[in-house]
Amino acid sequence: MKAKHRLIIAVIVLGLLMTGPFVVTSLLVWLDMKEAERSMLTGLLLSRLPVGTMMTLFGFVIGVLVLHKLFKQYVEGLLRMAETLRLMLGANRNFRVTIEGPPEVMQLAQAANDLAQQRDALMDDVDSQIATAKASVEEEKNRLAALMSELAQAVVVCNLDGRILLYNNRARLQFKALSQGPTSVAGGALIGLGRSIFSILEKNQIEHAREVIHQRLVAGKTAISNFITTTRGGQLLRIQMVPVLATSGEASEASMSGYVLTVENITRSIEEEERRDQALHTLTQGSRSSIGNIRAAVANLLDYPDMEAELRERFLHVIDDEVAKRSLVIDQTMNQFSDAIKTRWPLEDVLGIDIIAAAQRRIDDKLKLPTKTEEMDDALWIKADSFSLVFALVCLASKLQDHYDPRELRFRLSSTGKLAYLDLIWAGPAMSSETFYTWEMEAMQIGSETSPLTLRDVIDRHGGEIWYEREKAAHRAFFRFVLPVATPEIEQDQDERARGKGRPEYYDFDLFKFEDKSIDLDRKLSDLTYTVFDTETTGLEPSKGDEIIQIGAARIVNNRLLRQETFNQIVDPEIPLKPESIPIHGITEDMVRGQPNIDVVLPAFHEFCEDTVLIAHNAAFDMRFLQLKEERTNIRFTQPVLDTLLLSAVVHPNQESHKLDVILERLGITIGKRHNALEDALATGEVFLKLVKLLEDQGIVTVRQALEAAEKTYFARVKY
Amino acid sequence: MTKKILIVDDEPNIVISLEFLMKKEGFAVAVAVDGEEALAKVADFNPDLVLLDVMMPKKSGFEVCEALRADPSRGGLLIVMLTAKGRDTEVAKGLAIGADAYVTKPFSTKDLVAKVKTMLGVA
Repeated sequence: MKAKHRLIIAVIVLGLLMTGPFVVTSLLVWLDMKEAERSMLTGLLLSRLPVGTMMTLFGFVIGVLVLHKLFKQYVEGLLRMAETLRLMLGANRNFRVTIEGPPEVMQLAQAANDLAQQRDALMDDVDSQIATAKASVEEEKNRLAALMSELAQAVVVCNLDGRILLYNNRARLQFKALSQGPTSVAGGALIGLGRSIFSILEKNQIEHAREVIHQRLVAGKTAISNFITTTRGGQLLRIQMVPVLATSGEASEASMSGYVLTVENITRSIEEEERRDQALHTLTQGSRSSIGNIRAAVANLLDYPDMEAELRERFLHVIDDEVAKRSLVIDQTMNQFSDAIKTRWPLEDVLGIDIIAAAQRRIDDKLKLPTKTEEMDDALWIKADSFSLVFALVCLASKLQDHYDPRELRFRLSSTGKLAYLDLIWAGPAMSSETFYTWEMEAMQIGSETSPLTLRDVIDRHGGEIWYEREKAAHRAFFRFVLPVATPEIEQDQDERARGKGRPEYYDFDLFKFEDKSIDLDRKLSDLTYTVFDTETTGLEPSKGDEIIQIGAARIVNNRLLRQETFNQIVDPEIPLKPESIPIHGITEDMVRGQPNIDVVLPAFHEFCEDTVLIAHNAAFDMRFLQLKEERTNIRFTQPVLDTLLLSAVVHPNQESHKLDVILERLGITIGKRHNALEDALATGEVFLKLVKLLEDQGIVTVRQALEAAEKTYFARVKY
Repeated sequence: MTKKILIVDDEPNIVISLEFLMKKEGFAVAVAVDGEEALAKVADFNPDLVLLDVMMPKKSGFEVCEALRADPSRGGLLIVMLTAKGRDTEVAKGLAIGADAYVTKPFSTKDLVAKVKTMLGVA
């Protein structure tokens, strides 16, 4: 029953209560009376009836007013409070009950508000704790990723399925160097987030290493496993595996959620080791019999001084012969193995200019002496112990300052063959060779910093040389450091510098949960791994002989576009380019000649796309080109294909244009260059990620739904 | 009776010293320059002791040693292996296949003579 109705009933009851007893009493008295009494009473009452009625009405009105007041305060007031409380429970946490009404109601309201206050404090606390925890997890992730990306070792983290969750730049370069094929698969088709490590390393060996770790865990030993493996290209890799253990579980296989692999290419060091061994062998084992021969001959000569002259001659000849042979062997060994026999001091490959820059900074900092550079070979790598070398340079600078007080120092860097020349130049009087000799042999010192090494030690450590030389014409002199040139194992990735926007996306810890490998059409769009790609072609008519001249692609893993995992390859179309198309794609005849043809590129691209859903803008066009090559290359792209043009039409059916430029503008995506296959592929990727969210709003969540929706659009009916 | 020693080595520069030394010590000496010749000479010359080099063309010293030890009629023949390989593993192998002594080059001629004499019981 509604409150209003209850009020009406209450008023009726009040009315009855006020009139009822009087009317009933009057009726009973009336029935009991004689006729005369009745008429007398009628007379008496009728004359006073208005007063009675007035009084009753007055009382009734007061009663109603009181009742209404009570109703307002206790019934309606509480109802209002209940509504407010509901609001506080749901829609608006910050709402509060207005404190009004009679004291009891006010107390109730106050208590409710206090409770709400307490609840808010608790909720805020929980929220802030969650936020802090989230932030710290995020920070840890970032820190780990940053740390990993800077490591000099190649590191790859995998889940138990062998899917790559994280890798660092070094690993990428390492494996890229291994995948030396005819195509420059920038970023390496082999390594990538969510890809299988088994495409790079032998599955059996990984499984064996896991088994070893399992056994070591059970035995309570340090869980670590090493193995050496050869790659398809015959390179030797030393791999170390340590488990990623779930924090909750005890140390057992069940709680191992993945593993960390550190990969080192030891081909070169093994080769060097072998050469060193061989040299050592030639010099030791090889000497044994020679020395044995000499020793025996000498002993005979000594022990039997009175032997015949002819015999003596023969023994002397033996000695002469053996010594000559040994000398030859030593010379040969030195020539052959000079690199391998060199000092075992660990030298690293460093850019010469980096050493000089470091020395310049320290000279400026410590000595306040200005420095300049002259001819600099900025691509020259040297084998050096950078710390001691920089120390030696600064030490020399300091000595020059003390003795000759030059106004400035200059550096020069050049090379001939296997030798790098690092010159420290100054203008001033000639110095004597004795002075320099003393400098060479003194323990090095820069101000209060001392080194146990002498300049000579540093030079020897590098297997180098140093000398003093005068440039008479220029009235100046220089110290020349001769150092071994290094051939850097892995070249710096120029691509990446050009493309590097923010931190590389080398990690994705969410892949720890990644299990399903095959493409399941009922999985969420945001969960799948995609390859977004674009092609540049000689023209628009594949069936009339137009050919692909560039394929660019990037990967989307766990809803992120991975700018580091890209495929970018120019293809020789083996037909002349159409002059009118050159301004569009910017690819010239010179650029395509000498590049691999489609027979080579397509298999590499196919490998790059493995296990992913393809995405392209106006995919039908690109797919047509790929299909036409099926017969020739025997490569089929059988995976599902999503088309951003069609998906855009699904999301915005009333828009006229779904050209890539227009969509980019519509979705508020700004990118730099366009009409380069890779840039367009990356743009398409950005578009796709935005579309996924918009599709979700329309209830299109899975790949299957997206494919079905795309098929129904108007644009899909216009076949290419 | 004069003890007979067969020197087996392909290097003339050591053979000349050994031959001279052993003759001076009063032994009858024969020389073989490879493994096959060694086996033939053992049959002809019938030595009491063989100084056997390990590294030789045709048949290695190990093979010669094994062949000699396979002949029960030559049970009393003493074999001293001479080698330029000084690894423990090779010494172990030489002794395992029946050499009586193992001498690594370079060696002291005095020690070698002393050893040979002790083995032949003429010291």
